[in-house]
Amino acid sequence: MRLPLLALLAKEPAHGYELKSLLEQTFGQAYPSPNIGQIYVTLQRLEQAGLVRSQNVVQATRPNKRVYELTPAGRDALAAWVEEASDEPRVRDDFFVKLVLSPLTGATDRMALINRQRRHYLSLMRGLSRLAAENDRGNKVSRLLIEGAMLHLQADLDWLERCQEEFV
Amino acid sequence: MIGNTRPLAAPVAGTALLRTTRLTKIFHGDGGTVHAIRGVDLSVARGEFVAVTGPSGSGKSTLLHLIGGLEPPTSGEIWLDDHRIDGLSQARWAVLRRRHIGFVFQFFNLVSNMTVADNVELPALMSGASRRQAKARREELLAELGLAGKTRAAPGRLSGGEQQRVALARALANRPSILLADEPTGNLDSSNSADVLRLLGRVHDQGQAILLVTHEARAACLADRVINLFDGMVADDAAVLPPPRSSLAAAGVVRLTG
Repeated sequence: MRLPLLALLAKEPAHGYELKSLLEQTFGQAYPSPNIGQIYVTLQRLEQAGLVRSQNVVQATRPNKRVYELTPAGRDALAAWVEEASDEPRVRDDFFVKLVLSPLTGATDRMALINRQRRHYLSLMRGLSRLAAENDRGNKVSRLLIEGAMLHLQADLDWLERCQEEFV
Repeated sequence: MIGNTRPLAAPVAGTALLRTTRLTKIFHGDGGTVHAIRGVDLSVARGEFVAVTGPSGSGKSTLLHLIGGLEPPTSGEIWLDDHRIDGLSQARWAVLRRRHIGFVFQFFNLVSNMTVADNVELPALMSGASRRQAKARREELLAELGLAGKTRAAPGRLSGGEQQRVALARALANRPSILLADEPTGNLDSSNSADVLRLLGRVHDQGQAILLVTHEARAACLADRVINLFDGMVADDAAVLPPPRSSLAAAGVVRLTG
């Protein structure tokens, strides 16, 4: 959450609710709606780290609002984030560890684990298909997010098949 | 109904539309003997959409070919509409396929020197429908599959996705008891795949029974039930459940956290 907030603030100063709705507009319904409390906590931490600064804006008819803007250090952190290649987890560790260690537990056989996991992935894929059908065609970001999720799931299923071939 | 296409028998409540019991297929080749299908029991209910998945070499395409009569099984039984069909002669299989089984393949297999309209009308005409009936059914199908403007085109002038939709229209021309689809999206890009899958979902919603062989999860997950084939045997056979609402968001799958 830290870096997306910095990125949104790079354009212009904003307050918490504006950031929340900007995130929603950008990523569409495929992205879980960010929690406003989480946004405020993150902004506070960013301020403590010197990456943003804020000022209270007095409003005549409504409660005051706290407007955040990037500091030079925030701009540097954002630039460093944009420039580095993203390192992300590629393997579903939890399932794989379970699959490898399951014979020790005696609780279930590997085929049953694989079948359960496949059913789970297919059910997730059905959810994504529905989401894709409901998705506003015009929202490219949301569509790509759903497509990315589908491709990841397909890779997980292909890998599950390899596990089935090697283990069962 | 078009012309003399009729159901094989009056539907009997509670029985499966398609059923195989202890189905096997052994291939004898230069490389030795291959047990491609090893005792498969499966059933498809009326109006049900069943997907068959499994690694390549698991026997899923062979299974579809046995059920569609493209190859004879080594042993076991195949029942369609309460008729045993595994022992039929080639000629009777040809009639059965034309009237009661629709086929869609990965490579569309359209007749290249005939127009789209003629490709779709052909099965009805071969089954004895009148020209007028065949034309009416063709117009209905092409409109439904979004191809109304392509009737006079040659298949080769269409995109892969359009050709597959024509193949789907042709497969549905005689209102088959069951539609057999072998990797129908295997040769299509992502957006054409999505179109073909949406149409498969729609014909299923209208009551069409479908048996789909695929390695693509986005196709399999549309089925009511998914059978996993492994080494020629059924490893799993389970309904596809709707996902819990909380994990619907795509971000929950790709972990888009920034």
